[in-house]
Amino acid sequence: MFKRIANALTAPLLAAAVAIAVSSFALWVSGNSPFTAFSEMWQTIDSTESVVVIINAAVPFYVAGVAVAIGFQMNLFNIGANGQYQLAALFAAAAGAAVSLPAPVHVAFVLLVAIVVGGLWAAIAGVLKVTRNVNEVISTIMLNYIAIGLSAFLVAEYFRNEAVNLVAETKPLPPSAQLPALNRLLEVVGIDLGEGVILQGFLPFAIAIGIGYYLLLYRSRFGYDLRLSGLNPAAAQSAGVRPRAMVLKTIILSGCIAGLVGMSDLMADPQYHKYGDQFPKTLGFTGLALALLGRNHPGGIAAAALVWATIERATQRLSIIGIPQEIGTILQGSFLLAAVIVYEVIRRRNNERTAQEASARAAQSAPPPGPPGPPGGPAGDARPIGAV
Amino acid sequence: MPSAAAQDQASPDRPLVIELRDIVKRFPGVVANDGVNLSVRQGTIHAIVGENGAGKSTLMKTLYGAHRPDEGTVRVNGDVQHFRSPRDAIAQGIGMVFQHFMLADNFTVWENVVLGDEPGNGVKLDIKAARDRIRQIAEQNGLDVDPDAYVGELGVGEKQRVEILKVLYRGAKILILDEPTAVLVPHEVDELFSSLRALTDEGATAVFISHKLDEVLKFADAITVIRAGRTVGEVPDPSTVTARDLAEMMVGSELPTPETRESTVTTEVALSVRELTVGTAPRPALDGVSFDVHRGEILGVAGVEGNGQTELIEAIMGLHQATGSVYLLGRDLAPLGTRERREAGIGYIPEDRQKDGLVLPFSLWENAMLGHQTRRPYSKGAWIDRAGAEERTRRIVEEFDVRTPGVEVPAFTLSGGNQQKLVVGREMTSEPSVLVAAHPTRGVDVGAQAIIWDILRDARAKGLATLLISADLEELIGLSDRLLVMLRGRVVAELSPSAVTPAELGSYMTGVTSMAAAGGEAH
Repeated sequence: MFKRIANALTAPLLAAAVAIAVSSFALWVSGNSPFTAFSEMWQTIDSTESVVVIINAAVPFYVAGVAVAIGFQMNLFNIGANGQYQLAALFAAAAGAAVSLPAPVHVAFVLLVAIVVGGLWAAIAGVLKVTRNVNEVISTIMLNYIAIGLSAFLVAEYFRNEAVNLVAETKPLPPSAQLPALNRLLEVVGIDLGEGVILQGFLPFAIAIGIGYYLLLYRSRFGYDLRLSGLNPAAAQSAGVRPRAMVLKTIILSGCIAGLVGMSDLMADPQYHKYGDQFPKTLGFTGLALALLGRNHPGGIAAAALVWATIERATQRLSIIGIPQEIGTILQGSFLLAAVIVYEVIRRRNNERTAQEASARAAQSAPPPGPPGPPGGPAGDARPIGAV
Repeated sequence: MPSAAAQDQASPDRPLVIELRDIVKRFPGVVANDGVNLSVRQGTIHAIVGENGAGKSTLMKTLYGAHRPDEGTVRVNGDVQHFRSPRDAIAQGIGMVFQHFMLADNFTVWENVVLGDEPGNGVKLDIKAARDRIRQIAEQNGLDVDPDAYVGELGVGEKQRVEILKVLYRGAKILILDEPTAVLVPHEVDELFSSLRALTDEGATAVFISHKLDEVLKFADAITVIRAGRTVGEVPDPSTVTARDLAEMMVGSELPTPETRESTVTTEVALSVRELTVGTAPRPALDGVSFDVHRGEILGVAGVEGNGQTELIEAIMGLHQATGSVYLLGRDLAPLGTRERREAGIGYIPEDRQKDGLVLPFSLWENAMLGHQTRRPYSKGAWIDRAGAEERTRRIVEEFDVRTPGVEVPAFTLSGGNQQKLVVGREMTSEPSVLVAAHPTRGVDVGAQAIIWDILRDARAKGLATLLISADLEELIGLSDRLLVMLRGRVVAELSPSAVTPAELGSYMTGVTSMAAAGGEAH
């Protein structure tokens, strides 16, 4: 058990070391002290308030990471999470503001609209793929642009809050559709947040999405078929999985979760409660990075989302001491790149070791000499993106 | 029969242009060539025959520089050569004509021929020089083709001539042709060989691969037979051998002793196939195949690979669009998908276990439920029953002697034989009423092979109906109650395993012997 945890931590720690080295070099070249910069960044996580802000930021990241990871599990690149969540947030905001319902039902209604719109938008790419063999990378990228244009148009022409003149945005969600802050819950466990800092209310939903993702992927027959299709499509077909239906279902499911990406900001962040120009635009791309970093694992993605949010918050402090904020982007980029490389190296090494150990143990357990060593080569090559 | 002139051409006083000695070529896990010898004399048409998988293509690749042999020497015109690429081979006058044409349809013949080796000064393409030279080469060698025609408008035979022109244009004196007649109709075959004869009369040399023994005997000046990666026969004078001799060399003449055992065949039809067809006329991959498999019967299907066996099993499993019908215990399977067919009681051992039968990074228990994941004990409703799956897997491991430290390890840690035992065990423990088994012992060691054979026999005794597809003639004859032979998508013979030798079977498979000609041999 201890060995497994150590093993799982080796890769991220190595990747972090590489990322810090690369960023330090960039800092040094640009005439700044890496030590000053990193010690300043370290202070980001020195207060409870700061950690809560990081968690708030990590929640939509996490949902985006899970949405993308579902596709990754069967080698589908849903680059379109951006477009899916934009449109979903717009419709959810507009629909949520247009009806009046009791609180729990209203929340469920807004979430449902987001799920349905995200899924439908993703379904376009899915249908194109299974009927016309259009690569989902291309179609989802295209659909992102269409979604951004479409949502800007819809906000301006149909869903605009006439009470606001300067910017195009929807009406704010009524309080019955807003998710309350979780500060009270924290007080129960003895954490008292200062004035003006809240733990946003979408966190339990994000945790539920993570648990649901785990159960669906690793405990259900559907998830088995899905992972199977990702690892070996030919075997999946022989085992009775209908490949095209599976592709369609997976893309739609990925889109449904992507539809929820914007819900944290829309429903739980007092800064928004509406969809407009200010609404976050690139959470979907962050999701791609996090699914890779987190190796499609619900826990891994959570860790990656927290690290990502920490770096983002930490770099904000750098400008205070006169260090360019772009160092944060360098840190994130080199972390991602290093992680992907290190994971692959470690995966290969582990595969070899597992194969050797297994054949050694098999030889011991069976007195008659077993057949010669296994072919380790093709073993992991079929792994889906980001998996180890 | 070769003419007197042809025999003269094979005479020993002609110089050897190609001499391969003890060629060994290994790929990870397989030895494709294991001591191949080949001697080709100048000005001859030399045939290389052997079954699919015998190592002919590997040998050809060695010869034209696509890869380097691990051991052995290649001599061309007496000099030892170490080809690093096809470019080196063509520099020595060796050119390859591929089975699958590599031509651009929207280019003309001459454009295709000069592609990659254009005459001119690097800026200007000397069209006239190109055309003239191609016309000249074509006329010299009796290759009738219009240099200005578009390749897309040409027939298959003409396209092949363009391929040959391409090679000659690059200065080849030795042509290697990979199954050149596979795509041709009979009169085109005659045209091809008269072109090749014209070439060899001019001093060139042709080496061709084939497993059609009649044309080999008719057109070749010398024959080399390859089996299981080795040269097993060198025939300098084809008039001294018969097609049966060649077939025997190709498949090996060791006769297995068919198992003497009681027949368990019943009259109850378990699997019934009627007019099953895959693909479209004029050359469907599977062409109106009908047969019955009874409870307690093993029906063997023999055939050189690529004669419709893959399509047959995939059509039965619902993996391939097909016309015609398949009945399982009287039930029409047409509306059922692959999953429903498996649930209805068809066990399936796919041709390629690593491609279709296993997910190598999955653990053994996850692999044991592959294809059975909708059923107990592997799942309950929509959820996987991990405890049930692991317990069943432990039973498979124990009963079928899968050597593994546990059911948690990934499948890639198992050797090929143990992987296959897991696949066979998984299908058997689900107690199917029909088993479709493709190459159940391919690539497994002798011990595992014997175990798998025993499993299949035991299941037969308990009433399992098995459709056995195999390239191992010994296995087919030893296990089957009846044998079908497939050729070009059709069932061309039904034989009794007790009354047929591997050599005879081989000659049916290659089309040398037909039911009509052999008359009484079949029943």
